[in-house]
Amino acid sequence: MGPLQFIATSARFVLRGGKAYWLWVGFLVALIVWGVLAYIDQFNSGLIVTNMRDQVSWAFYIGNFTFLVGVAAAAVVLVIPAYIYHWGPIKEVALLGEILAISAIVMCLLFVVVDMGRPDRFWHLIPVIGHMNFPSSVLAWDVVVLNIYLVLNLVIVTHILYRGMQGRSYNQRLVVPLVLFSIPAAVGIHTVTAFIYAGLPGRPYWNASILAPRFLCSAFCSGPAVMLVLFQILQRTTNIAIKDAAIWKVAELMAYAMFINLFLLGAEIFKEYYSATEHLIHFQYLFTGIHGHHALVPYAWAFVCCGISAFLLFLFPATRRNVVTLNLGCLLIYASVYIEKGMGLVMPAFTPDTLGEIYEYTPTLHELRIGAGIFSTGFLVFTVLCRIAIPILTGQFAAVHAHAGRDSLRGRLTTAPTPHQPSAAGGRHL
Amino acid sequence: MPDPRTDAITCGDTEDDAKVDPVTLSRRDFLTAVGMAAAGFLAGCSPEVREAYLQKHFLELSPPEVEARLGRLHADYAKRFGTQVQVSALPAQPGVVFGYALDLSRCIGCRRCVYACVKENNQSRNPQIQWIRVLEMEKKKGIDFEAANPYYNPEQVPDPEHFYLPVACQQCRTPQCTRVCPVGATWQEPDGIVVIDYDWCIGCRCCMSACPYGARHFNWGEPEVPAAELNPNMHVLGNRPRPRGVVEKCTFCIQRVRAGRYPACVEICPVGARKFGNLLDPESEIARILREKRVFVLKAELKTEPKFYYFYGI
Repeated sequence: MGPLQFIATSARFVLRGGKAYWLWVGFLVALIVWGVLAYIDQFNSGLIVTNMRDQVSWAFYIGNFTFLVGVAAAAVVLVIPAYIYHWGPIKEVALLGEILAISAIVMCLLFVVVDMGRPDRFWHLIPVIGHMNFPSSVLAWDVVVLNIYLVLNLVIVTHILYRGMQGRSYNQRLVVPLVLFSIPAAVGIHTVTAFIYAGLPGRPYWNASILAPRFLCSAFCSGPAVMLVLFQILQRTTNIAIKDAAIWKVAELMAYAMFINLFLLGAEIFKEYYSATEHLIHFQYLFTGIHGHHALVPYAWAFVCCGISAFLLFLFPATRRNVVTLNLGCLLIYASVYIEKGMGLVMPAFTPDTLGEIYEYTPTLHELRIGAGIFSTGFLVFTVLCRIAIPILTGQFAAVHAHAGRDSLRGRLTTAPTPHQPSAAGGRHL
Repeated sequence: MPDPRTDAITCGDTEDDAKVDPVTLSRRDFLTAVGMAAAGFLAGCSPEVREAYLQKHFLELSPPEVEARLGRLHADYAKRFGTQVQVSALPAQPGVVFGYALDLSRCIGCRRCVYACVKENNQSRNPQIQWIRVLEMEKKKGIDFEAANPYYNPEQVPDPEHFYLPVACQQCRTPQCTRVCPVGATWQEPDGIVVIDYDWCIGCRCCMSACPYGARHFNWGEPEVPAAELNPNMHVLGNRPRPRGVVEKCTFCIQRVRAGRYPACVEICPVGARKFGNLLDPESEIARILREKRVFVLKAELKTEPKFYYFYGI
């Protein structure tokens, strides 16, 4: 099986599906088109179609970018137990975590591109042909680590799927070092993203040592929350074998992360409110409003309440193993981190601005449409990759190929596996 | 037993292919396709557009390439504004580091500097961009940005309850903005002026997050400068008209000061609150102020070490 055949086979998987599948894909494509049309507007008129201005120079796009870097990094929560401890149930779903990481990074890169004033000049960032300001610029570091992380996950996922199609297990000598390297890389992408903010002395709201640890903790809450919901959907819509024990294990890890996340938030709030320096004003804008400006106050309390309720639901084994309360907790923590790492991270730092001016920002419809289009793109990437991965994981691959009418493949798939080569029904071996 | 690698007959599927890492191959194909598409697109453009798109970072241009770029700018502005302009690329002079001092006891908050700056430096009239921001401060609070008002509009200035603090680029010795720029589109020149290559900036706005003085401004929309009001004496790193989607800021009027003139704000100030000169020349006005007055800088705790000083002269 060559690369072209691999692509052709993958395409066949993606293009086969029932009514529900095509409705879902159609819905995503419609949102993408709606977003692309908004982006064409933005491309032609400039970022003036957003509500960003000099006082609030980053907003909705960069907030989403930051949040999604966390989702991507959280794949590591599954990878560590799966590959390091060879813990059975998680091993089967680790590949899906990596697919989620790919989808999240694709969204991250798109959010950065739509935020650029001159996306046509993206090549200026490329070393050698451009002029990358490395190592001085943390943003340059971020570009490097995000792309390394994307390539790592692409190579791992493609290799496993490619071998899976051949009915072979993955090459340990290739995959294991790459997976081991992806763990520091995952921590790296979110740490470097935090350092973009934390390294700015002119923005006291961000200029805190605690920022990178808070980023990582919140990522280990929100990323797995997405995964748990996705796993349950896959449990019900496909015949992939995801054991409840795997889901409970991830939920338990999330409970620890949520506690540390709330603790670090509390530590920061104590320091700001008790010492009450001039830096306090940004926290006041977030939690109580200042000078009659309270756009963020309801969101702030929403993220605190959602975060505390989710922690309580995940703290007790009974509630984190109950389908209803588990999913409620996932929704609550996802909402909490989305608000906190989106609006709650970016907006208060700019309000008031460095010269004391208060400009209250709310996203325009253009921004929301472009954001929806990017999220849909990410979901589409995830859907397509799962469409290829699940038949291979579940061993359906052979059945599909029996109808493909390719003698060569049929010949291969009916070949008895050698002792060292697992059969095509290789879900267990991934 | 059939070998899947040799008996699968599909186009381009050879034994060699099977050994190639599929990712690199498909990525190579993809990059080739993108490269071809980009090349095709650029080939279809006019030579001017192509040259502008592919031009190098300003600091990497050879003298003939700088001349070529200035020629392109002349042609471009002549076409857009229907008038002859002079774009200079005059470099920093040796033995010169520019410094600025502002006498807060004189400033009356009239904002003449703001508008002289807009005119001199071809700032967009719509959307409005102003490099100087004059803040009205309460006398009883001292310098407190939280209580500052940039939108003051009394019948008459100065208002007895208030004093005024104009803020523009502080031309820091250790600038935060140049450090964070991912493409090195902004840097400090040998004479201490922090400049931006408007043709290199990618519009990521990191520098705006990094600047503690609100000195950097972004072209959110297409900048508009009426042709009748265009200042034709330009510098390539200064007041030439900017494209949309890039950042701009005060350059100490680089087009004036490198030619031995004062910045426009210094010339216009009706009360002589603004002082400017060469920090390295002991006879200059700025050097004398630093010797004889007690100056301070804004947000000194951030260690940006501005070359823009404030003092109370009276």
